[in-house]
Amino acid sequence: MEHNQSWPMRAANPIIGSVAAIGAWAIHAVQTMGDFGCFFLSIVYRTFTGLNRRTIRELFIQMYEMGTLSIPVVMLGGGFIGAVLAVEAYPQFKAIGAGNRVGSVIVISVVKQIGPVLTAVMLAGRLGGSMTAELGTMRVTEQIDALRVMAADPVRTLVVPRVLACIIMTPVLTVFSDSIGILGGWLISVGVEGVRNYPFWHYAQTGMDMFTVYVGLIKAFFFGLVISTIACYKGFRCGNGAQGVGRACTESFVAGFCVILLANFILAVMLNNIYVMLWPNQPSIL
Amino acid sequence: MSITSANSSDVPVIRFENVHKRFGSLVVLNGVDLDIPADQTTVVIGPSGTGKSVLLKHIVGLLRPDSGHVYFHGRRIDNLPEKEFEPIRKRFGFLFQQSALFDSMDVGENIAFPLRQEGGISETQIIETIHEKLSIVGLAASERKMPADLSGGQRKRVALARAMAMNPEVLLYDEPTTGLDPIRADVINELILKLQKQFKVTGIVVTHDMASAFKVADHIVMLLHGKIVFRGTADEIRTCPDPEVQRFIQGRASEAELGALDRL
Ligand SMILES: Nc1ncnc2c1ncn2[C@@H]1O[C@H](COP(=O)(O)OP(=O)(O)OP(=O)(O)O)[C@@H](O)[C@H]1O
Ligand SMILES: [Mg+2]
Repeated sequence: MEHNQSWPMRAANPIIGSVAAIGAWAIHAVQTMGDFGCFFLSIVYRTFTGLNRRTIRELFIQMYEMGTLSIPVVMLGGGFIGAVLAVEAYPQFKAIGAGNRVGSVIVISVVKQIGPVLTAVMLAGRLGGSMTAELGTMRVTEQIDALRVMAADPVRTLVVPRVLACIIMTPVLTVFSDSIGILGGWLISVGVEGVRNYPFWHYAQTGMDMFTVYVGLIKAFFFGLVISTIACYKGFRCGNGAQGVGRACTESFVAGFCVILLANFILAVMLNNIYVMLWPNQPSIL
Repeated sequence: MSITSANSSDVPVIRFENVHKRFGSLVVLNGVDLDIPADQTTVVIGPSGTGKSVLLKHIVGLLRPDSGHVYFHGRRIDNLPEKEFEPIRKRFGFLFQQSALFDSMDVGENIAFPLRQEGGISETQIIETIHEKLSIVGLAASERKMPADLSGGQRKRVALARAMAMNPEVLLYDEPTTGLDPIRADVINELILKLQKQFKVTGIVVTHDMASAFKVADHIVMLLHGKIVFRGTADEIRTCPDPEVQRFIQGRASEAELGALDRL
């Protein structure tokens, strides 16, 4: 048993050693993916087989904690990004004599890309870490065992309300972030750079259609799912002691962050293809 | 209740059959055979880290054996899926070593948790139960306090109140008197005795407190190196010839255990 686990490190030949290390890593990665897959399916199953009163009550508590209390930080982040976008984009547009059209690029970038991604990343930091810490502490202090002993399924009682709250609130918060982001862009363009109100809003509007809004919201939905399921998984599988909980929190944020960026890319390509399929004569919007 | 007590003397409430459990390379249970008789209190003693808490967790399916079987009233339970375990778990009360109170709920809500989980119990009845159980453990005025604001001993007593909330048929106590002052510990001992005598609760008590063990035990079993090395009454353990057992109950460290101190 013992040398079974440590032989890759001790192999005489460094090439065989490194191949074995890669193999061990790959096995671990596949096992983790499988384990996460099972965890995810158990969440889905429990979401659709009876939400009891306690789950609903917890859902509203979590929606308040995650959503309402995150509004200020999300709006602050969104506002400054919108403003920076205007600061950088306006001179470029002005140079080609199209300064009036700066509104369109601000609105599209904010609603389709920056709003959802920025909101998700801020939530991964704010919620992902604290969710993992809370569930991890509950695991380490036997509270999850206590739930099971009292015949309360831990996934149903703890995870389902958190995941639902997160996938409901992330799109809502994204709308807040988008709105303030557009206002930030408007403030710089109109207030500082001297674009007039009518062309700013006119071009802002022509750049947008409902599909653009849906793209942003669909992304936000998936980001909420990513943040909450990874955070809950890391909490449930965290190691012992304060150190185990701390490490799980870091991993939760890093994994959430990477998967958000990856998912953003995949969703952008997919949604763009859908757009081309639905409206073949329009220019691609990616 | 009266129907089962007719044959309670011959069918053990819980039976372990050659149970093995390891975590990675650490062997914790190495062939445990154990019968827990009905309506009596069995005390489990053994050195720290020997697997007493692990043993208790096997009874309610929080841990599953690597090999061997666990029976409840003659029915094999160690292989039951989580869902089918739930009705069995409702017949147990479990006092966790670390209390395991829910941090996000106050004391009253913690005690109400198993009652609300069960459903169909009226709110007035729940409140009545909270008051009753809290006054039994001597914390009548603490209903609205949060677990974080309680001392370790108070948390333990709230956890005991929660374990009793459903009037379970079997109570598993993991170190019920640890962290309590001697007077309060004695009250808990009396409580364990009373639950057993008056309400025919089958009790399993894990403890290091030998005074408490001798007071509450109908049977004492000692777990050592993953096996049950002693089983008998309190009087039998006092006269047991095994030197390891004697050293444990008298609290004498061996030469080897004291050897490390010589380097000071
Ligand atoms: N879930 C787990 N994963 C890995 N190891 C574990 C787990 N639970 C217990 N152990 C290990 O099993 C051994 C026995 O633990 P256990 O908690 O049962 O001891 P104990 O007899 O209750 O000790 P104490 O009297 O100090 O409470 C310990 O070495 C512990 O590290
Ligand atoms: Mg223990």
